[in-house]
Amino acid sequence: MKFKSRLLGDDEVRRALTRIAHEVVEKNKGTEGLCFVGIHTRGISLAKRLVDLVEKFEGKQAPMGILDITLYRDDLSEIGLQPRVRETRIPFDLNGKAVVLVDDVLYTGRTARAALDALIDLGRPSRIYLAVLVDRGHRELPIRADFVGKNLPTSKSEVVKVKTLEDDGEDAVELWELEGA
Amino acid sequence: MSQSAVPSFPRHLLDFSDWNRGQVESILETAQMMQEVLARPVKKVPALTGFTVATVFFEPSTRTRLSFELAARRMSADVLSFATATSSTTKGETYRDTLRTLEQMGIDAYVIRVDAAGVCHQAYGWLHKPVINAGDGWRAHPTQALLDAFTLRERLGSLEGKKIAIVGDILHSRVARSNAELLTMLGAQVVACGPATLLPGSLPGATLTTSLKEALLEADAVMALRLQKERMDKGLLPSLPEYIAAYQITQERLAWARPLAPLLHPGPMNRDVELEGTLADSPQSLVERQVANGQAIRMAVLYHLLVGKRS
Amino acid sequence: MKGEILFKNANLVDGRGEHGRADVLIGEGRILSLSGGEAPRVIEAAGMILSPGFFDPHAHLREPGQEVKEDLTSGLTAAAKGGYTDLVSMPNTSPVVDNAEIVAALKKKAASIGQARLHPAAALTQGQEGKILSEARLLREAGAVMLTDDGRTNEDAGVLAQGLQYAASWGLLVSVHAEDASLRRGGVMNEGEVSFRLGLPGNTGFAESARIARDLEIVRYVESRGSQEAGQRSRVEGRNTQVEGQKQTLLHVQHLSTRRGLELIRQARAEGLPITTEVGPHHLTLTDQSLNSLNPIFKVAPPLRTQADLEALIEGLLDGSIDCIGTDHAPHTQDEKELDMLRAPFGIPSLEICWPLLYTALVVGHGFPLHTLIERFTDGPRRILGFPPIHLTEGAQASLVLWSPGQERPVVPQSFASRAKFSPWAGWALRGWPSVTLVEGRVVYEQGAVQI
Repeated sequence: MKFKSRLLGDDEVRRALTRIAHEVVEKNKGTEGLCFVGIHTRGISLAKRLVDLVEKFEGKQAPMGILDITLYRDDLSEIGLQPRVRETRIPFDLNGKAVVLVDDVLYTGRTARAALDALIDLGRPSRIYLAVLVDRGHRELPIRADFVGKNLPTSKSEVVKVKTLEDDGEDAVELWELEGA
Repeated sequence: MSQSAVPSFPRHLLDFSDWNRGQVESILETAQMMQEVLARPVKKVPALTGFTVATVFFEPSTRTRLSFELAARRMSADVLSFATATSSTTKGETYRDTLRTLEQMGIDAYVIRVDAAGVCHQAYGWLHKPVINAGDGWRAHPTQALLDAFTLRERLGSLEGKKIAIVGDILHSRVARSNAELLTMLGAQVVACGPATLLPGSLPGATLTTSLKEALLEADAVMALRLQKERMDKGLLPSLPEYIAAYQITQERLAWARPLAPLLHPGPMNRDVELEGTLADSPQSLVERQVANGQAIRMAVLYHLLVGKRS
Repeated sequence: MKGEILFKNANLVDGRGEHGRADVLIGEGRILSLSGGEAPRVIEAAGMILSPGFFDPHAHLREPGQEVKEDLTSGLTAAAKGGYTDLVSMPNTSPVVDNAEIVAALKKKAASIGQARLHPAAALTQGQEGKILSEARLLREAGAVMLTDDGRTNEDAGVLAQGLQYAASWGLLVSVHAEDASLRRGGVMNEGEVSFRLGLPGNTGFAESARIARDLEIVRYVESRGSQEAGQRSRVEGRNTQVEGQKQTLLHVQHLSTRRGLELIRQARAEGLPITTEVGPHHLTLTDQSLNSLNPIFKVAPPLRTQADLEALIEGLLDGSIDCIGTDHAPHTQDEKELDMLRAPFGIPSLEICWPLLYTALVVGHGFPLHTLIERFTDGPRRILGFPPIHLTEGAQASLVLWSPGQERPVVPQSFASRAKFSPWAGWALRGWPSVTLVEGRVVYEQGAVQI
């Protein structure tokens, strides 16, 4: 992979997350029943930020869980791929909750589909929202995000890399080109 | 969906000779994740949708077969259950014929149990599909060893430097062989103990002793093996009372081990033979935990042998 | 001089040594000349070695009753292909070869097949049940050359003692599968580190040596009685005239597999006890490490032992403590050998590769003297059984084998003449393959020889 450009810097990421946090509270009409579930790996860091931001604005900490969608992927029978199964931990009851699923990038929609299936096996939320930092288009399933940090039109030969302070030492969104694409 | 991939695995679990520590750790780690699935209201994930797992039992073992089948179903695999007595196999149809018939049914993985060492090995050579050894003769029972290691780690943490005593009929025990192989790979020090006539001349990885006290002294965990009554008929043991007098794990003898040392038994247990009756139900006993963990381990093994390897 | 076949430029090697190049003229079933002559068939044998035909004192040809594994035609053809002109068939068939009629029938059928010559062994006891002695006198008359309960490990020492006395009185050798059944305890491979690790029932080497030790005592006992009975047992009545000045073998220990067993035999022979022994190709080339594959193809009785045993056996073969090579050719069906390690039958087929295998492993690979190995394939077994040796001299019986020391070829079980188309040596690249086998001047096998 070849680096192409930096799409967002740390200020822009911070501003996007702040806006999402406001929109979530507004859409949910407060923090009642609100909870966040981050999808591995960077969705977890982003969900944590959103929890902190909501607490800062509303004075109340929303519960948070983490979700691994590996066992729900629809490409497990493909040759050569063996993803590591990671932890799923939802330390609260999902029944009747308004869940904000958090992921870094919305692309084909397959991760979101898997996450929805997983969540529904874990309980019966009253509502599920999808929040992503970047929507890069090219959906393969009828899925859309409720909260989007930034819409970035990309080509399929490109890769959008989200970096977070927690996972990568900085907040940024970068565009990379697939080699030989 | 970019995601870190696990190291590549052998396409079989016949024993641990083709496995390294990293691969085993991956299985144990995945089993931990499977525990979480088993704690959910819906204890089922779609990971193995479209895969078909055959359990082929040439030797009857309802417990092991059910554990594998439930594990496969919880992963959404289809299960084909084939049980036959080897006696009927020897009459005409060979193992190879039987397995070839199954092969025509589009099986993706085989779980094989048989009373003779090596059949799983042969089967893997014929089938070129994942084969999981669910116990072959006296040789190996790798998923049992994995669940034992998993259960021990839940209680003890790392097994590095831990002393694990295995007590009973070591000579005829696939559980002892697989545990000696696996636990030593995970850093434990294995002491195998039993009557002189039921000890092999050597057991790779393990120290052998006929002294129960020597085995149990300062042990971090104790594993008792099932005693087959037919050993008495073969003249390898004078009598059951003789065995009990020397090798039964009692409350008193367990005190030689470290305080609260966990007690394991692969089942099915002869109450008041291998263990003093009340011990099996004491807080030190992890027997029930072993059964529960068996499912998570088998789910993890199926995941690692099947996912990403379909041809 | 005129003959039927002329081998031109053949290198001659027999049990006595190497005799240089010669043009060997064959006719009337004999070697007519070593200095050429005229013949309608000339076989260019430059670079090839001509030796006396091999003699296998121990093969299982399965007929009657187990023709699905092997029959006389396939077995004797395999033998000829392997350079054997003679072999002794074991009597553990179904029914057991324990009466004169079966022996005569086997001899007759083998003669009509016209491949390697058959010398049936008959059972020591009726039905090989280890109880009542078989009719040694009648069996001998019908053509049996040996009595044995091979295939069983009959335990009764008294029966063996009586059998040795009685068989000897009719000039018949008794051979034993020396394994103590109770020590063997259902073992399917050598007991040792490998069996302990694999969790397979072990058969200790001491099961063999314990039985040999006991049987040696029985021979001593029989000897002590025999010496009181007016000296020499006679073979004069028989076809196999004993070689002058040679003490008749009383007991022959089959398929020796252990260093300890060899030590006992070596010591007993030094005392002058009339015992002999043989070793099989598998015990000279394979060890129990092969069982790590868990493949029943390596399952054989006595089992493959350790490297130390293997080396001791080669040493014993070299110093003459071991008299000869016996293949213990033991064919089974593919299906049977694809059962598991507990249920698959014991046995390895080796008739058609035994010579190339041991030539390659011992002579090429180990520096073993060629003429000594030939002696163990020819004079050794003949001596034990009371047959005169065949040496490459004018007038000698033309039961010969021409083989190629240079040409290397892999073992391909699918091309075996034997019905048992499997081999633990499959794929091994061997030299020494026979090109032409003659029985009394008649070509019974021919491969790759250049005809002029």
